[in-house]
Formats: sequence, structure tokens, C-alpha cells
Amino acid sequence: MRAPAAVPAVAGGSGAPGRAPLVIGRRRRAADRLWWSLCAVALALVVAPVVWVITGVVQRAVSGWSWSVLTTISTGVGGGLANAIVGTFVLLVGVGLLAGLVGLGCGVYLAEIARPSWRTTVLRSASEVLSGVPSIVLGYVGYEALVVGLHWGFSLLAGLIVLSVLVVPYVAKSTEIALGQVPLGYREGGEALGMTRSHVLRTVVLRSAVPGIATGVIIALAISVGETAPLLYTAGWTNSYPTAHLLHAPIGYLTYATYTFYDDPYPAVRALSYDAALLLVLLVVGLIASSRLVVHLSQRYSPERSLGAGRRSPRPLPAGTAEAGVAAEGTGSL
Amino acid sequence: MVTAVAAAVPLGALLAAVAVLLVEALPAIRYDGWHFLTGSAWRPGNYYGNPVRTGGVLHPVGASYGALPLILGTLESSVIAVIVAFPVAVGAAVLVVEKLPRRIAGAAGFCLEVLAGIPSVVFGLWGVLSFGPWLARDVYPALTHLPNVPPLDVFHGPVGAGEGLLTSGLVLAAMIVPIIAATTRDLLRQVPETTKEGADALGMTHAEAFRTVQVRWVRTGVLGALVLGLGRALGETIALALVSGTVLSSATSIYGTMTTVAATIVSLLDSAQTDPTGLAVRALAEAALVLLVITLGVNVGARVLVRRSARGAALPIGAGF
Repeated sequence: MRAPAAVPAVAGGSGAPGRAPLVIGRRRRAADRLWWSLCAVALALVVAPVVWVITGVVQRAVSGWSWSVLTTISTGVGGGLANAIVGTFVLLVGVGLLAGLVGLGCGVYLAEIARPSWRTTVLRSASEVLSGVPSIVLGYVGYEALVVGLHWGFSLLAGLIVLSVLVVPYVAKSTEIALGQVPLGYREGGEALGMTRSHVLRTVVLRSAVPGIATGVIIALAISVGETAPLLYTAGWTNSYPTAHLLHAPIGYLTYATYTFYDDPYPAVRALSYDAALLLVLLVVGLIASSRLVVHLSQRYSPERSLGAGRRSPRPLPAGTAEAGVAAEGTGSL
Repeated sequence: MVTAVAAAVPLGALLAAVAVLLVEALPAIRYDGWHFLTGSAWRPGNYYGNPVRTGGVLHPVGASYGALPLILGTLESSVIAVIVAFPVAVGAAVLVVEKLPRRIAGAAGFCLEVLAGIPSVVFGLWGVLSFGPWLARDVYPALTHLPNVPPLDVFHGPVGAGEGLLTSGLVLAAMIVPIIAATTRDLLRQVPETTKEGADALGMTHAEAFRTVQVRWVRTGVLGALVLGLGRALGETIALALVSGTVLSSATSIYGTMTTVAATIVSLLDSAQTDPTGLAVRALAEAALVLLVITLGVNVGARVLVRRSARGAALPIGAGF
């Protein structure tokens, strides 16, 4: 196999006549090698920070680690992180419920209920735009509107609402995508049994979209765990355990400890900063791993697998067929 | 309909946020005028003297809010981040798609998701305690020996202690790499196999085929991902509050300490509440409004570009977010 004459020796100027080597010459081979080595360096530069950040955090945390960090509360001059750990989980459960339900409703409405029109376009775009708003802007608005404006004070509810607003777009988007991937045959099967549309939605369609929705919620939780800016001025901080009060009671969380304690004059407090960072990394990696597990399990046990239809890569139906028309109408423009 | 109400939440939240910011910022806008965008002095004035009234706005004597250094710092650090992150992310994505076996590519994907998921406060901690000091000790001194010719002479100057513009840009780069890399990877996977076979049949090497054929398929989407990464960098707060040095002036050299709009809001909001006239808090609202306008413009631009390429990774990296 010889390379034809028109192959440019160095690509880029596609129209320029090349120097027409008949075999891959030394220069082109060297250029190819250089290209791939640069790509390898790039990949190394992507992996290096992950390794460095995680080993760095682990080293700092492990050198001063004591298990009492998990069971005692902060004192201001030392103590532990139990209040922040419990607070973080309270926030996670709250965000899971609030953002989960709102995001689910939002996704279901856009994918299944509303007819595609300019209204759905506006709603969908607003959700996308919201996901690009810096978290500190939402935090500031939450502070002015909820903490000061409504006199809620630093409180669980203010933190929850700001965090939820921040992550609702992610849940909504993944719900919409998951619903769009439910095979048309499921809906047809349900309707052929005489079920109403809403009954099919509730019993058949939503159930088979659960893995996708769960992944979205988990990702929303992973984002919430790592947020600091929107919580500093809404949830506040306290050295004691969270109370049952939604209002007028600040709540502790791990990112605050990392952000505020790292340059504290007391070594015991600085150690808490590193411990909190380690717990944050563990939580986030755990959440990401569990979202991968959900995807993996759902692929392994999905009913289509035995029927030979790929769930993750739905083949586009040939345009013009009756099915394609119904699909386009039923799922909106995904 | 319950779901219709839920669907209106993002729009409602967005409009409410803009309304709150406008109302809060109005006195500051009236007091500062265009000076807010062009002035370089950020002075809260004398909180302990008697406040005076100018143009209907009560303010401490000597108050002056010029956000130019903050806006410049935001733009400079984000541009550095994009310049560094873009080639790295694209190179890594090319290697993952074209060369690596599936299993290792999966591991690299997991790495990307973890990188995207690491909390920004942890990045900040790493930047201020490990990465920044290492740069100032081992890397920056070497950079100052680069030849003193126009593009490279920016690296001349006192290197400082590791908190500053270049460190901020590099930490931001690590944070936005996953967005660009994941999108590029997903786009490269969608390039039809036949076009690669065609390039092979013409005798092109892998590298040539990539630069002449595949680039054409992914160009727009990758550009969109780049702008999306830029948007993320512009709004990043906590990491920069830790590594920028947070001084209210522009960086004097590429190593100099600086601050950004977002970092200023988070670090000054506490002390701003001691302003008896409330103007300091309002100035921060105006800063937040400016930041919102910048990031929204960038994000809307990115979405228009990237629209066609949304699906893939578990974290919303590259998935149109």
C-alpha cells in the first residue's frame, strides 16, 4: 500500500500539495510520534492533579487522624467534626428530597406532559441557564432574600433551598434524558392493555427510567456535598449538632470546616480542616462510584438485554416511518 | 398540575434571583454609576463618621466602589485557565478515544469524573498548601529565566509565595479540564468510523487523520465545551478565595496577588455588614450582578455552540452542563 501523491506531509492546509512521499517518510513518522507523545503528556497532566490532590489530602489527614473526630463536636479550639458530618447528611437528605422531587417533576413535565412549544423551550433554557449561574450569586441572593429579607436567620431551610435551586437543573435534565430513552414499545404495550396515559407513565415508563433518574439525583448530591459558597451565608455554622428547627438555627457542614479552619492558629483546628477535606473526597468518590454502579446494574439487569436491544444507544428510527413520527411527538425534541 | 409547577421552579428561581440582585444593587448603581466598571479603588469609607447623602444615597464618607480590578482578575485568571486546560484536555481525550484499550479508557473516564467532583474547597486547600508553594519554589523561578522577548516576558518579575494570578489560573485549569475533556471524548466517539477508514486508505498517519478529518467533525462542539469551561472558571469562588491572595487590586505581574468578583463577594460579605448605611452590601450585590451578566453571556454562547452534543458521562461534565 503506497500513499497517494496528494497526501499533505504536514496536515492543516488541506488544499496545499504535499511533498508526496511514497511511503510514510521519516519526518511524518516523527511527527506522528511527537503527536502521540504530546497526547500522552496531556493525559498525564489530567491524571496528575487527581492523584496529587487525593494523596495530599490523605497524607495530611492521616498524619493527625484520630477516630474521635467522627464522634465529638467542634469546640473552636479543637474537638471533632461530628456536628459537621451530621449536618452534611441532614443537608444531603434534604436536598435529595427537595431537589429530587422538584427536578423529577420538572423532567417529567418537560419530557412527558407538556406538548413541545415555545413554553417548554423557555422552561428548558431557564433550567440550563440556571445551571450556569455561579453558586456564590445564588448564595448571595439566598442570604439577602431568605436570611435577611424573610428574617429566617442562618438556617437549615435557607441552605436547603439555595442548594436545591443549584442542583435542580441536573436532576431535571437527567430525568428528561432517562424518560426519553424508555423504549416506545413499553408505552404501546401499556396502552394496548387499555391503561390510560397517566397510568402508563406512573407504572411503566417512570419505573424503567428509575436508574437514569437515580444517577441524576446522586450527581446532584455529589455537587451539594462539595459546595461551600452558597452555604456560608445561608446555613451559617454552629459547633453544636443540628436541631429539629428549620429556621433560626444554623447548621454545620464539612466544607465550612475545610474553608475556615485551614489557617487557624491552633494545630488541632487545622487538623480538622484536613480531616474534613478527606471526608469530603471520600463522600464524593463514593457517590460517583455508586452512580456508576447504578448504571452498571441497570444495564446488566435491564429486560431489553435479553431481547437484544441496546438501552444505552437507542438507534434512531428511520425518518418517515409511523414509529418515528410517534416517537418525535411523544418525547419532545431530545 | 404539580409537575408544571415544578417545571416552573428553575425559571422562577432565575427571575427571582435577578430581581433580588437588581433591587439590592440599585442604590449602589445610583451611587457608583459607570465608575463601578471603570474605577480601581474599592474603599468602604469611614464607618465611624457620620454618613452623608449623595444623589439620594446614604453612604459613609469616602466610600468608593470601583470593581475594575475584580473584573480584570476574573477575566485574566479564567483566560489563563482556558489556555492551559484546552490543549491538555483535547490531547488527553484524543489519546483515550484513539489509542487506549476500553478498560483503561474507562479508568481515565472515572478519573475525569473524580476530578470534576472534587469539591472546589479541596482544590483551594491543595492550591494554597501544596501546589502553590511548590510552584513558587520549583517552577516559577525557572520561568523567570525564559528569554525576555514579547510573549515570554510576562514571566519576568518577583515570583511571590505561590498565591496569585498564575497559581489561580492553573488551579482553575485543573477544575475545568474535565468539562472540556469529557465533551471532546464524547464528540470524538461520534465521528463515523468510515471517515477514519477513508483517511487510513489515503495513507494518512493517525495524527494526520486527526488533524485533517476528525477535527472537522468535533470543532464546533469542542469550542462550545471550551466556552462552557470558561463560564465555570469565571464563576468559581472558594478555590480562588484561597489561592488568589484576595487583595483588592490587579495583579502587578503574572505571579502577583489579585482577586476575582466571586472571591471578593464571599470574603467581604461578612465585614460589609458592619457598614451602618448598608452601601457595602449593596456594592457586593452590584458585583454579583456584573458576575451574573458575564457568566450568563458566556454560558448562553456556549450552549448555542454545544447544543448538538449532549450525552454521556455520569457527572454532568460535557453533558450540556
